[in-house]
Amino acid sequence: MTQPPAGASGPLSGLRVVELCDEAGELAGKLLGDMGADVVKVEPPEGARTRGHEPFLGDERHPERSLYFWHYNTSKRSLTLDLESDEGREAFRRLAANADVLVEDQPPGRLAGLGLDYADLREGNPGLIHAAITSFGRDDPRSREPFTDLTILAGGGPVWSCGYDDHSLPPVRGGGGQGFQTGCHWALISILTALLHRDGGGEGQFIDVSMHAASNVTTEAASYQWLVANNTVQRQTGRHAAPAPSIPTQREAADGRWINTGLFPRYPDQFRTVIEWLREVDLLDTFEEAPLLEVAAGRDGMLNIGRIGEDGEEAALLAAGREAMNLLAARLPAYEFFEGAQERGFQVGIIYAPEEVIRDPHFVARGFPTEVEHPELDRSFTYPGAPWRFGASPWAISRRPPLIGEHNDELLAELGLA
Amino acid sequence: MARALANYRICDFTGQLAGAGATRHLAAFGAEVIRIEDPMNEGRWDILRGQPPYPDERRGINLGGAFNNHNTEKLGITLNLRTERGKELLRELVRISDAVTENFSAGVMERLGFGYEQLRELKPDIVYVSNSGFGGSGPYRDYKTWGPIVQAISGLTWTSKLRDQPPAGWGYSYMDHTGAYYMAIGLLAALHHRNVTGEGQWVDMACTEAGAALTGPATLDYTANGRPTRRDGLPDSNHSEWPPMAPHAIYPAAGEDNWIAIACRSEEDWRALADAVAEPWTDDPRFAGLEARREHEDALDERIAAWTGEREAFETAERLRAAGVPAAAVARPEDRIDHDPSTAAWGLWPEVTQTEMGRVRVDGVPAHLSETDWRLERGAPCLGEHNEYVFGELLGLDSSEVEQLHEDGVI
Repeated sequence: MTQPPAGASGPLSGLRVVELCDEAGELAGKLLGDMGADVVKVEPPEGARTRGHEPFLGDERHPERSLYFWHYNTSKRSLTLDLESDEGREAFRRLAANADVLVEDQPPGRLAGLGLDYADLREGNPGLIHAAITSFGRDDPRSREPFTDLTILAGGGPVWSCGYDDHSLPPVRGGGGQGFQTGCHWALISILTALLHRDGGGEGQFIDVSMHAASNVTTEAASYQWLVANNTVQRQTGRHAAPAPSIPTQREAADGRWINTGLFPRYPDQFRTVIEWLREVDLLDTFEEAPLLEVAAGRDGMLNIGRIGEDGEEAALLAAGREAMNLLAARLPAYEFFEGAQERGFQVGIIYAPEEVIRDPHFVARGFPTEVEHPELDRSFTYPGAPWRFGASPWAISRRPPLIGEHNDELLAELGLA
Repeated sequence: MARALANYRICDFTGQLAGAGATRHLAAFGAEVIRIEDPMNEGRWDILRGQPPYPDERRGINLGGAFNNHNTEKLGITLNLRTERGKELLRELVRISDAVTENFSAGVMERLGFGYEQLRELKPDIVYVSNSGFGGSGPYRDYKTWGPIVQAISGLTWTSKLRDQPPAGWGYSYMDHTGAYYMAIGLLAALHHRNVTGEGQWVDMACTEAGAALTGPATLDYTANGRPTRRDGLPDSNHSEWPPMAPHAIYPAAGEDNWIAIACRSEEDWRALADAVAEPWTDDPRFAGLEARREHEDALDERIAAWTGEREAFETAERLRAAGVPAAAVARPEDRIDHDPSTAAWGLWPEVTQTEMGRVRVDGVPAHLSETDWRLERGAPCLGEHNEYVFGELLGLDSSEVEQLHEDGVI
């Protein structure tokens, strides 16, 4: 999909945002910018720290070639300011005086030390919404301690639920910087909530976002099993951590890729469908439990999934359905199993790598892969696309990630400092 | 304290976590969220209704712990949309609502007669947000998902594993939570757009697309550099991705199934860790400098694991942090809910009052707003608990009419 020109009209078009973020918070600026807000990323004169993050385009280490920086900094303008200098602070003050939103992930105390905290900025701009993303919240002493995405997710709950049936293996930190990203999602929800309050005549306000708290409330059953019933969930390979073990659902397909077999057959017509599918791929004759599938297909109603693991006919029928799906999964290539099962109404998943998602025909048909022109490199690159389809105010990457200080001249002119 | 969203009314068909988790946030900030439930099957289009965990020995459709968690501060009505009168009442409710939200499979609302085009005829500036697995268009439009399937397809299961092991996945429905966050963000942004322009719209959210946008640098490494994540036993997500760090892993601690995460961002961090460990191997030239430590990461991890394996996780993590090293014990639910001063000080586990269950703790909100903070006090609605209020006060029926609806099987 070719991108519309800068200034495309997302639902936040007209909103002026100042972002002072490194890796913990810069997704928040991207989400706002891709929804149409005018986001000014304030960077130190040498450029933001994340410009030094791998991977680099062509593995060439250079502050304008970090793919990590690229992903998180679309739809932003860059202004370099030395906040340790009077001039830099004055420019920042003017920027904030004209902004609707300031989003930052600075260590607690830094902005106050510079005279640029909410208390300083709101005087000239009572409508300002200032969102501070910190590890444990602005007032918690632990926000002054060192952290990374790994330690946030380990201490905040997600890691406990994630890993393998074999508990001699360590629990697993899910990839992709999700501890930081979860904090940013909460920054967005609360910034937009504060914005709607302002739409209704309210003033601006200060928002305190804790990454630790955000991870804590993003653990599903791990939290509510304890809150409600004092149960501790235990991790299991590829499926929900739970107080009691459940049946494995992850299988290696014929081509070595993995699939999630999801919910097993339990309705008579589902068993009928499985029988037909086995026949189509010439597996029915080799499947010893085929007669059980026939019995299940002939029953009156749904089998009780709670009977899995018990003795008796119902459990045997459920087990036969499960084994039939496992056989199909093992004998077919992963995609063929996924497509074949979904076309037959079974809720299964193929375990894609990111490089496979971006090429998948469904995502391509919906225009998810998004081409972004980088004129200085004389080519375009394919970025992950829209999390939402706004019917009247389309999401768009309105600008490629900015070069260091690319918009200094125009922004300083806008601020009357040129 | 003022309620930021007190002037918003949401006509809410969401269920489970991926949908109900979205409107929960609006309710926490004061929006009037009205859950529509089917009286014929006791609201079981949300499969969590009435399901475990339970706070005591009682069982019933109004006693499910997960449902209570995801639907605090909402109102609940019953409405039988198989009846013409039921549809008529829904049309009236839509006319006085700001938004309609749902996470059915794609196309269900159209079949009910309440797709976007029909909703727009009832209320031209309505905001309609649908959250389905694959969105309202495309070859997989009718494919079915739930959290683990979304995570599998969007690349999040694959990118969560140890080297040379199968995918571990997330161990829970991360994308139900995160899909709900994106649904809430889309809804709030569309309401702002309506406030500014007067224009409503359909926000078509595909949970798999929201998920596929969460591994951006890996995607770009492939599209720009041609380097796939599927190589050399990778991914290996306990080790660092970007930026590179070593050590960076989860190590055993003393006791049964206890673990500690340690990450060194820099040489300073490494020297601080080496000082804290104070064993001769830390001077091994194989561990001098980031590149050397990455090259000999297995040997490094082995030595650190031997050191941590004899030590208590929480004390050791605290000691390392005091020395300047990022570290955290892997917290069990009870650790972070009942024994964590940070979550306690935040007020992260508020107790709500649910009409039948009584007082139950739920997830709080990880942001505090200085002028319009959240409030979670009322538990999830019992089935039809707010029929009187919604059909009576909002839609203007008198109590005998409401009684008649009940007798007629409309509510």
